[in-house]
Amino acid sequence: MIHRTRLVFSGSGGQGVITAAIILAEAAVIHGGMNATQSQSYGAAARGGATRSDVILSDSEIYFPEVTQPNILVCLTQEAYTTFSPIIRPGGLLLTDSKFVTTVKNVDAKQIELPIFETVMEKIGKPIVFNICVLGALIGISDMLDPAWVMEVIKTRVPEDFIDMNNRALDLGLVMGSQYKI
Amino acid sequence: MKPAVLTGKHFINGDIACAEGAIAAGCLFFGGYPITPATEVAEHMSERLPHVGGTYIQMEDEIAAMTSILGGAWTGKKTMTATSGPGFSLMMETVGLAVVTETPCVVVNVQRGGPSTGLPTQGAQADMMQAKWGSHGDYEIIALAPSSPQEMFDLTITAFNLSEKYRTPVFIMSDEIVGHMSEKVVIPEPEAIKTFSRVAPDQPTENFLPFKPGPNGVAPMPAIGEGYKVHVTGLTHDEKGYPVMSVDTQAEMMERLMGKIRNNLDDIIMTESYLLEDAEVVVVSYGVSSRTSYTAVDMARKQGIKAGLLRLITVWPFPDQIIKDLALRVKGFVTVEINMGQISREVERCAGYRVPSYLAGHPGGAVVPPEEVVQILKEAF
Repeated sequence: MIHRTRLVFSGSGGQGVITAAIILAEAAVIHGGMNATQSQSYGAAARGGATRSDVILSDSEIYFPEVTQPNILVCLTQEAYTTFSPIIRPGGLLLTDSKFVTTVKNVDAKQIELPIFETVMEKIGKPIVFNICVLGALIGISDMLDPAWVMEVIKTRVPEDFIDMNNRALDLGLVMGSQYKI
Repeated sequence: MKPAVLTGKHFINGDIACAEGAIAAGCLFFGGYPITPATEVAEHMSERLPHVGGTYIQMEDEIAAMTSILGGAWTGKKTMTATSGPGFSLMMETVGLAVVTETPCVVVNVQRGGPSTGLPTQGAQADMMQAKWGSHGDYEIIALAPSSPQEMFDLTITAFNLSEKYRTPVFIMSDEIVGHMSEKVVIPEPEAIKTFSRVAPDQPTENFLPFKPGPNGVAPMPAIGEGYKVHVTGLTHDEKGYPVMSVDTQAEMMERLMGKIRNNLDDIIMTESYLLEDAEVVVVSYGVSSRTSYTAVDMARKQGIKAGLLRLITVWPFPDQIIKDLALRVKGFVTVEINMGQISREVERCAGYRVPSYLAGHPGGAVVPPEEVVQILKEAF
């Protein structure tokens, strides 16, 4: 199914942008048998600084490690949207959170705005799983891999008491995203 | 105790893969002073070493980190430290001490933009000449350049093996991009990993000459506490290890130190070729920039340019002869690296002005885009 998918996750430090990218790529490699390269750029500040993480998923070997024209772009802050929306591949998928980003019309992409943060706060009440809900939404929209693989990775990375909360966040995202399936 | 070799398929970043490679190679001591973007090496070693019978010490600075791994090595252990540019500068005096005392150890430099504190969170390859010439005096050094997390694992093992075999410090010249990039890393079964440990002396402790070379030019190395009387000094010394301030002793010592590297180039130098057989122009690269270069060569071939790639896995000692041979049959070279001209000068030296040699460089903070390499290939040849 996947030949080569180029994703850029962007937002600000502390939102879990890099963690989400790593979890997605690890699920693809360890459970999906694909190749994946995850790289990132981030500022000196751990929190509040602009953050970007690139993921390339492929059947074949990946040489150049960075994404110049993502076919999937996720922006979780207005700054990230302003900076990165011009680089999306024409006709690509651009996912934003409606609380943090106001979109503009002149972007050549399929733009999907979802109230991910507000839904997480309303149904779960913990912002810590926002990034996992974003991942769920992305998978719901794109069907790029089996969400069960993502849960397998999360199980190895979070304390046992937090697994259920992450599972609920992933499911919430999947439901939201699947309404916009492409 | 936990296994030293975590056999299986992992999705980890280059820094962690490097730490796992070290443990798989038998490293049992790490003198650490964390610095972005090498921190994860120290962090992971601090978590893993106590579980495999090893020791991690957080030192007060990089000078102490470097000296601690020399001390550790003389107790018979395989030792390592990891740093980035600013720490690498502080370690340089002791690198010379490691060379002259023939102390095996591995130093990882996850390069970031410089000079000085530069760009802590962004990659560069601008310490390549410092790796060769950073400590004072004349010496040969071994430096390897991994281009992926898998190679961070594999080449760290190779670095330990070369370090033990030739009793010399070995550098892993990585960079922020490879260090922080996550990819699939396959760790083999322990039996499938080739490791080499320093040769121990087998003669009586009486009248032992600790710096008398064996047949391959390298002296067997005792550990402190085994009963051998060993004097270890940075001063010019004879086979007994005692300072002798004479031109003859200096000449003898220098010939041995240089010779053990220069006489074993075939064993130490590792390169990889891609589409080089019929190439008319050669892209030379190493580390993360070689990944750009594979893509650039493919793009150039599609546009009818007969390009090939020579990837340096070993950067020091430099593969002079390979470049010299290529210079006899190609139109020229383009060196791709994240600096403003370092290894490109070595290529130019070896090409001997027989054919032109150009740089596809970058001031630091990002990889060289493959399009730029293709543009230079088009304009230059």
